[in-house]
Amino acid sequence: MSTIDSAEVIRLAGLARIDLTDAEVSRLAGQLDVIVQAVATVSQVAGPGVPATSHPIPLTNVFREDVPGATLDREAVLAQAPEAHDGKFAVPQILGEEA
Amino acid sequence: MSDLTRMTAADLAARLTAGEVSSVEATQAHLDRISAVDGDVHAFLHVNADEALASARAVDSARAAGEELHGLAGVPIAVKDVVVTKGQVTTAGSRILEGWVPPYDATLVTRLREAGMPILGKTNMDEFAMGSSTEHSAYGPTRNPWDLGRIPGGSGGGSAAAVAAYEAPLAIGTDTGGSIRQPAAVTGTVGVKPTYGSVSRYGLIALASSLDQAGPCTRTVLDAALLHDVIGGHDPRDSTSLPEPAPSYEEAARLGGNGDLTGMRIGVVSELGGEGYEPGVRASFQAALTRMTDAGADIVEVSCPSFPAALAAYYLILPSEASSNLAKFDGMRYGLRVEPSEGPVTAERVMAATRGAGFGDEVKRRIILGTYALSAGYYDAYYGSAQKVRTLIQRDFAAAFEQADVLVSPTAPTTAFPFGAKLDDPLAMYLNDVATIPANLAGVPGMSLPSGLSDDGLPVGFQILAPAQQDARLYTVGAALETLLLNDWGAPLLSRAPELEVVR
Repeated sequence: MSTIDSAEVIRLAGLARIDLTDAEVSRLAGQLDVIVQAVATVSQVAGPGVPATSHPIPLTNVFREDVPGATLDREAVLAQAPEAHDGKFAVPQILGEEA
Repeated sequence: MSDLTRMTAADLAARLTAGEVSSVEATQAHLDRISAVDGDVHAFLHVNADEALASARAVDSARAAGEELHGLAGVPIAVKDVVVTKGQVTTAGSRILEGWVPPYDATLVTRLREAGMPILGKTNMDEFAMGSSTEHSAYGPTRNPWDLGRIPGGSGGGSAAAVAAYEAPLAIGTDTGGSIRQPAAVTGTVGVKPTYGSVSRYGLIALASSLDQAGPCTRTVLDAALLHDVIGGHDPRDSTSLPEPAPSYEEAARLGGNGDLTGMRIGVVSELGGEGYEPGVRASFQAALTRMTDAGADIVEVSCPSFPAALAAYYLILPSEASSNLAKFDGMRYGLRVEPSEGPVTAERVMAATRGAGFGDEVKRRIILGTYALSAGYYDAYYGSAQKVRTLIQRDFAAAFEQADVLVSPTAPTTAFPFGAKLDDPLAMYLNDVATIPANLAGVPGMSLPSGLSDDGLPVGFQILAPAQQDARLYTVGAALETLLLNDWGAPLLSRAPELEVVR
């Protein structure tokens, strides 16, 4: 069974885009290792013949008529954005190159 | 005039309809109660006095003008802060949404407004509904009205405590693994997790989309039924919303109110009891079963052999879905934005800095656990296996409901524990939901109502589970048990809670 050490926590936090302090990394490594050992028991419960269930109630795709409907008020939406410019969300540069 | 805050919602609604009380009076009485006790209880993150009084005035004018109103018109309500309310701050208990004002209403909030129910404010919760104690709220915990040194349950501890402390006659909760039922259990109140799809999820800040369900937090079974009737029903904005019309839950509750359980088959789930459950909890549960037998119920023992695997499956499925759902908190469109203290200010680095600063411990823990479970090489062993366990649990329920009309268990293995008792041991905290999680995995409805006090003088919850879309059975059986117990007690269990100190 795999274990979660500090290096693995740093890798996962990178994938999840969460900056962690060194103290958080070491605390999480210990806790997550215990949790993963506990939840790993699921792999021993169900045999290969059991189908997976992703949803509690059987679902079918739902469509609506392709007609314009109400949308959110742009002013109200942008008023809650960290930064807005010219009626749009303003975001930091997307790539790491020099601006 | 008797204290308006001590009335059931049904009684208050009757007084309002009869014109003996105005909605402004009822709403103000609850706002006054909040001012008096919420400094200690901290059930509310935001109180909405002006807007609540304005909607109360509108209901009073409409009534004066002879307009036909909803039965609960004018009855105030508290709403868990994970449900978006247009124009009113909604944080889900997180720093990352501090001060955020949603530009729209959740469907269930629209229905409350259409029914003319003033919204008193937003209730405290574990951050993004991750927790069983409200200790993971970024804004400090809610305290249990029965003992201010103890947890009110979670994640919806604020809604349960608000109702238990008479700060609101009704509240809205959400239940992903027990977040309505476990707080109800430890505060001596009633909580219902409806069938998955019974109440629209549109406008709920999603934790785990295949498990989340909103429902009522109240002091009586009838009040829960009345509120379920308001918020339930099909919503085209939620593709998982059940299209079939629901029956009247009020009628189902009134049917059970006579306390007769003749011929009702009550299945006791062997796996949800015994070892790990406190003796005082077990004793209260057994006493309630005896009472039900006296009232004509047939008690049968049923086995659900896959239930012991539910907790492990849940703590793979929930973090996996949460890690995906919470990816939207990236500091771009709403909420907090934090720029990295050094290096280039790119979108990716802003996102990581924002999430590092904005999320609390438990949220980080679960997102990282979910990222792990979904990552290449582990998917089949963890998430895939967990989904198979979900199938086994549904099969267990199907077999059990062949033998019984409803299933029962204690709602939680313990009564309210002191603050800090489980904070450093996440796995111990997760065990609080061991009896409530199977219902979420299978989508079936569940209720918790008080069965009495444990040997420590704290309330114990009695859980009732019914087949999917048979929520009405919960209300009939729950109301019957409530009537039987009330006859024994002579007064509601909550009347035995210590009076809170009132600030004037």
